[in-house]
Amino acid sequence: MAELTDLTIAGARDELAKGAISAADLTAAHIAAVDAASDLNAFILTTPDSAAAAAAASDARRARGEVGPLDGIPVAIKDLFCTEGIQTTAASHILEGFKPTYESSVTARLWDAGAVMLGKANLDEFAMGSSNMTSHFGPVKNPWGRSSGRDLVPGGSSGGSAAAVAARAAMGATGTDTGGSIRQPAAFCGIVGTKPTYGRCSRWGVVAFASSLDHPGPLTRTVRDAAIMLGVMAGHDPKDSTSANVPVPDFEAALTGDVRGLKIGIPAEYRMDGMSPEIEGLWSQGADWLRQAGAEIVEVSLPLTKYALPCYYIVAPAEASSNLARYDGVRYGLRVPGEDLTDTYERTRAEGFGEEVQRRVLIGTYVLSAGYYDAYYLKAQKVRTRILEDFRAAFERCDALLTPTSPYPAFGIGEKMDDPIAMYLNDVFTVPASMAGLPAISVPAGLSGDGLPLGLQVISRAFDEETMFRIADVVEGAAGFDTRPR
Amino acid sequence: MTALVEGRTGEWEVVIGLEVHAQVVSQAKLFSGAPTAFGAEPNSQVSLIDAAMPGMLPVINEECVRQAVRTGLGLNAKINRHSVFDRKNYFYPDLPQGYQISQYKQPIVGEGTVTVDLPDGEARDVGIERLHLEQDAGKSVHDRDPRNSLIDLNRAGVALMEIVSKPDLRSADEAGAYLTKLRAILRYLGTCDGNMEQGSMRADVNVSVRRPGEPLGTRCEMKNVNSIRFVKQAIEYEARRQIEIIEDGGSIAQETRLFDPDRGETRPMRAKEEAHDYRYFPDPDLLPLELSEAFVDELRAALPELPDVKKARFMVDYGLSAYDANVLVAERETAAFFEAVVAGGRDPKTAANWVISNLFGSLNREDKTIAESPVSAEQLGGLLDLLADKTISGRIAKDVFDEMFKTGKDSAEIVEEKGLKQITDTGAIETVIEQIIADNPKQADQYRSGNTKVAGWFTGQAMRATQGKANPQLVNEILKDKLG
Repeated sequence: MAELTDLTIAGARDELAKGAISAADLTAAHIAAVDAASDLNAFILTTPDSAAAAAAASDARRARGEVGPLDGIPVAIKDLFCTEGIQTTAASHILEGFKPTYESSVTARLWDAGAVMLGKANLDEFAMGSSNMTSHFGPVKNPWGRSSGRDLVPGGSSGGSAAAVAARAAMGATGTDTGGSIRQPAAFCGIVGTKPTYGRCSRWGVVAFASSLDHPGPLTRTVRDAAIMLGVMAGHDPKDSTSANVPVPDFEAALTGDVRGLKIGIPAEYRMDGMSPEIEGLWSQGADWLRQAGAEIVEVSLPLTKYALPCYYIVAPAEASSNLARYDGVRYGLRVPGEDLTDTYERTRAEGFGEEVQRRVLIGTYVLSAGYYDAYYLKAQKVRTRILEDFRAAFERCDALLTPTSPYPAFGIGEKMDDPIAMYLNDVFTVPASMAGLPAISVPAGLSGDGLPLGLQVISRAFDEETMFRIADVVEGAAGFDTRPR
Repeated sequence: MTALVEGRTGEWEVVIGLEVHAQVVSQAKLFSGAPTAFGAEPNSQVSLIDAAMPGMLPVINEECVRQAVRTGLGLNAKINRHSVFDRKNYFYPDLPQGYQISQYKQPIVGEGTVTVDLPDGEARDVGIERLHLEQDAGKSVHDRDPRNSLIDLNRAGVALMEIVSKPDLRSADEAGAYLTKLRAILRYLGTCDGNMEQGSMRADVNVSVRRPGEPLGTRCEMKNVNSIRFVKQAIEYEARRQIEIIEDGGSIAQETRLFDPDRGETRPMRAKEEAHDYRYFPDPDLLPLELSEAFVDELRAALPELPDVKKARFMVDYGLSAYDANVLVAERETAAFFEAVVAGGRDPKTAANWVISNLFGSLNREDKTIAESPVSAEQLGGLLDLLADKTISGRIAKDVFDEMFKTGKDSAEIVEEKGLKQITDTGAIETVIEQIIADNPKQADQYRSGNTKVAGWFTGQAMRATQGKANPQLVNEILKDKLG
């Protein structure tokens, strides 16, 4: 049954439709793969029994002729999405044991479409991190480390999701991307990570990190699978005031393979000092592929790029410091009793939150404080507006942008931990599109000298995921990335 | 009118500004679908959003926005078509989110005016600084359990309008009159029920004192005062306290104080070191509130007639005095009652007198509201009709009214039952009067010899003999005739 786990979502969909395979077998193969990959620590909780039951129900639906677009497809759910009756932790001690009485809008859409949940994927605590090292439930290992003989990070924060999909332990996974948390782990693990336009996927029922930056999206092994999965996850949700009331196009139909006449922008400012030659080489290679496919490559400028990262590390912690105030030990989750109310708050939050979460809550509290608000938060918001204008100007000259996803491939577990700033630099190429809320996708495009995957990023105009997918599909085809972790 | 307070060292001016928290009348909370009924079982009106469960998001309740705009229009205020919700961050167990969603720099309503009717009959304009929408907090209960505090989240997330006045008020009486007028406007609009004893309207009272003509002094704020009487007491006490401190050579520390109604005094509520930095910032879960011109215009067109306009109309259309008009328009229900009484062309002045003197008097005695009146407007109208067509006399009418108030019966029924119909049969009255004259020759002689004062005595005798039913005018005419 090993080959069942090699199927893409699109492939499995066809086999299921033909009756060549059953959802029960497909899910059973993935449950076994989840077990076999347990050394990766990609899951905080596995749900094999309910997965088997859901797969059986899918087969029964299919027998009745009622088939959803993801019927019988086993997926992993980042443990930031609330799942009814199933522990949801955000990889934090403070929420350990918390069982929501409600289902997030995005996962509800997946289940309505027939998808099967394999378990809750590990992540950086409250999605704060780029290495999956900050999880209370331990780090996740990148499956690519197996062949290189050292323990590598899968990236983060959606590290468990990326590792599971790369290791063929799930056909797809949900992730959330706040500053790169879908795209960077996808690049590190050699898979496709899609951050749609802000407002495309509902945030309702997703544990909040930074409300204005949190984007749910899919992690898959192909661009086509991403188009299929996003098509199910996306859609207006009246329960989320920032959800966009716009129709969801047929993303899969956008994969025409035809990029002739499209203008692809290469932003000069992404060519940074000290960028490794292999990243730079892959980037030019990507541009060449698109040129050969009939697209026009144009140099564009995004002058404020270098300010995106510092602004992000003001805005995101500011929002987080407020969003995480609700974890006070009063109503749910961890409570560490103290001598009085303030002491209880302090002990609960000191014990419940890890170091990185505490660091960001403190940064956020600081930048919002009286006397600092104007200098930090307000200034960052103004720069954010200017970044948006930068992109708008660039998109007058091109239809999409091509950039690297990450300045380097996966690094070793434990590296960069003593230097938060070096860790934050992971997000340098992904954060600008986050700040602007633009759709962006990472596609595996090649290997580093060490044999580790590298990703290219395509950024398009707001709500034009179709152009993004079309270009990504062509890059994917040209790259012919068929290596896989051993 | 500026009321000055006499201190030991001269005159002082008291400067008062009020921040009124008015609970919005709405079926659901400001950002959740949970209901808002008063007095429900603890924690029975709490949604996942109100309890701040992970991943929950606020969605603005449009009706609350409409109510705020209506109120803004009723306060003659500028409606801000673009406004922003901010988070006010602080930790407290009855604040589940760890922040209150409020409006800080860009409120939904800007400057406006309330015309306040002062006890001496004067009217004065008091400026409104702003009105914004915000969430109420829950309630902490400290006296149910010896070891734990209990939390009731029923009120958490309920929509409040904070209505901030300019520091235009100069005395406790003015502050009281302002609150009375504001409450009347809110009730007319149906945007807040104004029930201070239930906490649906509370005031934060800012008080400072200064020498007349000098710059503003340092102010102290009394939080959550929950009756107009207490607001006035708090101001009186606080002004006196501040004057004494300054006159003793001290200075006022800006602080938040609590008014203790049992002792009638204010005292510090919060130590300085616990002063909060609320870290306001725009709530990223909510988009700015954008109102179209049409939305505002539609609400404007549907506004009810408000007290000031109604008062002017009562004075012009019904010829009422300013005082009577004021009394009648103070409550929307009273004004409606009065208008139902005069409907059909009854004499407005008579109607106003009856409503103000007789009806209000009776209601006050029994501590009833106009809605609880045993006499309906139609019934009072019926009584006035009997009076107008001389079926009963004014004196009898008062008795009939008392009976109506007691039994809820119609006036005609009472008049019929008790045989109170006025006697207008000249023959019958002549017979009675002839008898009285015959029985009292001495008084008749006095009258005839020029002592017309005894005429009143004869009238009284005639009325008594007819149990008050004789038409007094006819009695006088006949008496004059018979004694003349």
